[in-house]
Amino acid sequence: MRVSFIVNGAEQTVDEVWEGESLLYVLRERMGLPGSKNACEQGECGSCTVYLDGTPVCACLVAAGQADGREVRTVEGLADGDRLDPIQEAFVEAGAVQCGFCTPGLLVQAHDLIERRPEPSDAEIREALAGNLCRCTGYEKILEAVRLAAARRAAAP
Amino acid sequence: MDFLRPTTWDEALAAMAEHPDAVPIQGGTDVMVELNFDMRRPAVLLDLGRITELTGSETADGRLRIGAGVSYTRVIEDLGDRLPGLAQAARTVGSPQIRNRGSVGGNLGAASPAGDSHPPLLAGDAVIEVESVRGIRMIPATDFYVGVKRNRLEPGELIRAFWMAPATGPQYFSKIGTRNAMVIAVCSFAVALHPEERRVGTGIGSAAPTPRRASAAEEFLRRELDWDGPLDEAVAREFGELVRKAAAPIDDVRGTAGYRRHALAVMARRTLAWAWNDYRAGKPGRGVA
Ligand SMILES: Cc1cc2nc3c(=O)[nH]c(=O)nc-3n(C[C@H](O)[C@H](O)[C@H](O)COP(=O)(O)OP(=O)(O)OC[C@H]3O[C@@H](n4cnc5c(N)ncnc54)[C@H](O)[C@@H]3O)c2cc1C
Ligand code: FES
Ligand code: FES
Repeated sequence: MRVSFIVNGAEQTVDEVWEGESLLYVLRERMGLPGSKNACEQGECGSCTVYLDGTPVCACLVAAGQADGREVRTVEGLADGDRLDPIQEAFVEAGAVQCGFCTPGLLVQAHDLIERRPEPSDAEIREALAGNLCRCTGYEKILEAVRLAAARRAAAP
Repeated sequence: MDFLRPTTWDEALAAMAEHPDAVPIQGGTDVMVELNFDMRRPAVLLDLGRITELTGSETADGRLRIGAGVSYTRVIEDLGDRLPGLAQAARTVGSPQIRNRGSVGGNLGAASPAGDSHPPLLAGDAVIEVESVRGIRMIPATDFYVGVKRNRLEPGELIRAFWMAPATGPQYFSKIGTRNAMVIAVCSFAVALHPEERRVGTGIGSAAPTPRRASAAEEFLRRELDWDGPLDEAVAREFGELVRKAAAPIDDVRGTAGYRRHALAVMARRTLAWAWNDYRAGKPGRGVA
């Protein structure tokens, strides 16, 4: 089947998509957008988190055909050209990335949190990131990165 | 495999009539796991995600009619004040990403005994509206679950909505699991006070082949509760015992039957006490999950 949708601002059409396939598979395997990671394919790890019509979802749990006509934003769409998004900068600076496998999903989820709650409490950060697993960092640096990004945003004019 | 994308409810019903074996997909948080792991290969997938009727809710005859496709996130944000028990349960579902996609209709469709919507739907006297080209049926939640992951739906039928009266008294949901997110309930319990009828509703999750009410416990409270006084501790304890007896749990990887029975008695006693305190204090009772 054919799926047409907007990905990171550009109209895209993909043909010969199998009907039972996930949005994650289409992004990674058919469109060459490997940013969103595939770790569990069952919604448990959050590494495939993307925006679907502005809402963060697990791309592995969206049927490709459900994305037809909709708007998807992946981790590849966070930066503005060469300029990293502030949340990405904060992850780099805080040392919130080790192997990096969980990072794309965490970035999208944290990006959404700061959009919705510009000054999140620690409890709110933990709650927002509860569906994103990281095997490396122990999460402390990730929390720090989110706090940093939120503080900078609050301080910005 | 066919992928059907109806854009209206009538189109969806017509598609179900033509392909009674089609698998509906709303949020996909159950269906996609089965597809990804090759546990299911339906001939037809029927996407309900474009049917706007399913994601709306309205008030009719003083009751709320909530579309089957309304996500947990919307339940929490838009309905939490009127359906506090269901909203508390919704807050415990999966993770934010899962709550953004997963729906109460999908929970009803899957009909897992561990589904978190079910106890508050039972305690709050929800009625499930199902429809096919043959017509509409209104099924009380109490009659909706028929076995492990089996519900009353007949071939060609879809869940349109569930109906519930806005809370008239405090409601609580309690769930046992190993962490605060991403847990399938070891067992769960919901309580809803209906002060105008001097009645208490209950719902037990993950402790029997289906979600169920604790009817004897409800009857006991109808006889014994003094609605004008503080909660008698002996009454609360007996309520817990009757809830324990209403369960028929099994041993599994998440917990033993004995643990589930014990935990249910404790949760029943506690949630009743929380609700009672709110009721006495004149609070609507949203509390914590
Ligand atoms: C990581 C993860 C964590 C989870 N955690 C929880 C949890 O904590 N608590 C919990 O209760 N559940 C949990 N679930 C299960 C799931 O999210 C819920 O059951 C959810 O309510 C399903 O809704 P959905 O819209 O995604 O359903 P879908 O996957 O789209 O559908 C589920 C079932 O219902 C049927 N269906 C859907 N809509 C209709 C309709 N309108 N009419 C008839 N049939 C219909 C489908 O055919 C399918 O059989 C979790 C799932 C995942 C992947
Ligand atoms: S790959 Fe989607 S949540 Fe793990
Ligand atoms: S950095 Fe390795 S999983 Fe998070």
